[in-house]
Amino acid sequence: MAVRKNQADLTATEKRNFVDAVLELKRSGRYDEFISTHNAFIIGDTDEGERTGHRSPSFLPWHRRFLLQFEQALQSITPSVMLPYWDWTVDRTPRSSLWADDFLGGDGRSGDGRVASGPFAFTGGKWPMNIRVDGRTFLRRSLGTGVRELPTRAEVDRVLAMTVYDAAPWNSSSDSFRNNIEGWRGPNLHNRVHVWVGGQMTTGASPNDPVFWLHHCFIDKLWADWQRMHPKSGYLPTGNTPDVIDLHDTMKPWNDVTPADLLDHTKFYTYG
Amino acid sequence: MSRPTRRQVLYGSAAAVTGAVLAAPAAFADTAAARPTAGHGDSAGHGHPAGHGPSGGHQMAEPFDEVYQGRHIEGWQSEDGGHGGHHAGRAAGPHEGMDFVVRIDNDDLHVMRNADGTWISLVNHYETFTTPRALARAAVRELQGADLVPVVTG
Repeated sequence: MAVRKNQADLTATEKRNFVDAVLELKRSGRYDEFISTHNAFIIGDTDEGERTGHRSPSFLPWHRRFLLQFEQALQSITPSVMLPYWDWTVDRTPRSSLWADDFLGGDGRSGDGRVASGPFAFTGGKWPMNIRVDGRTFLRRSLGTGVRELPTRAEVDRVLAMTVYDAAPWNSSSDSFRNNIEGWRGPNLHNRVHVWVGGQMTTGASPNDPVFWLHHCFIDKLWADWQRMHPKSGYLPTGNTPDVIDLHDTMKPWNDVTPADLLDHTKFYTYG
Repeated sequence: MSRPTRRQVLYGSAAAVTGAVLAAPAAFADTAAARPTAGHGDSAGHGHPAGHGPSGGHQMAEPFDEVYQGRHIEGWQSEDGGHGGHHAGRAAGPHEGMDFVVRIDNDDLHVMRNADGTWISLVNHYETFTTPRALARAAVRELQGADLVPVVTG
């Protein structure tokens, strides 16, 4: 079974293979399609309208499918590549090996936030910002500026202890595990990490930063951890909910996969 | 200096970037903001109507028009915004569901109101703000002088 590893445990070869596959997807144009898709959903998903990718119960299965699709694209370049995850409760400073030049590259420079070293630096010429919300064409980061601290393990544990998957009104105001992990309520886990990274990660076009995938891979792992802790708590809602993806509803943009199909991640990968 | 009253916002014609992944680009038409044209001949742009129209159960935010850190930011209630309308198919244009139009130097900034009445923008999409003005100011700080550009979504 394919194993998704903690990024801190990757070998030098695994890091290089991951980075090279990401760069090849970028060169071929396939990478930017993922950014466009994400941005379209983030604009289209509204609290009182149709919502699929965000601020709704399907936030977790939608991103699980989105990551699977991206991982499969990487594997079309190098079959052994798996998505790694970033446990930001542990690797919580800009000095983490995650941000070294042999992996994702470092913080943005002062002044304009430009990432100036590593495989995704503007000067390398391999990482243009084609799908963007403003005129800047270079990858930016501002680690720990928008918000000082990443979530702690205690905050994660507090959210994992919640027993109800999701609740009406099934949006950013819900009192539920899903909404607390997404971050619109409670200690703020997922949303806060986007803000902590800064740069493109704070925008609708957040997959412009490759750390997007490692962040969401950890969110996906936390969903798996939560399922193991609460085996009697299932995905909700289970039927006839307007504008919301029920357990057996198909999800856009794929239209051939439901949350029910994605509940068991061990059909696809395990976490190491 | 005259600006088009109808702009193709956010959903650029550059949708040519394949959209192979996204199945729903047609959902976003390129209808422009229903900006009131009367009384908008001057660049200051005063005279936006405020406080009328559907409020979706929330207090509608105040319009604003100011220069902040060298950028002209303005916001007003969208005439075709409002909740509870035509969600199905999302065919009403880029401001569908937005309730409120925000512009920075005459370029539209996509904004969205959360169920609790707070706001987010496309530039700061994981962080909530109490008012559209606060959101616009945060976007100015984030942009560091850069212009907003139409975004390809599919």
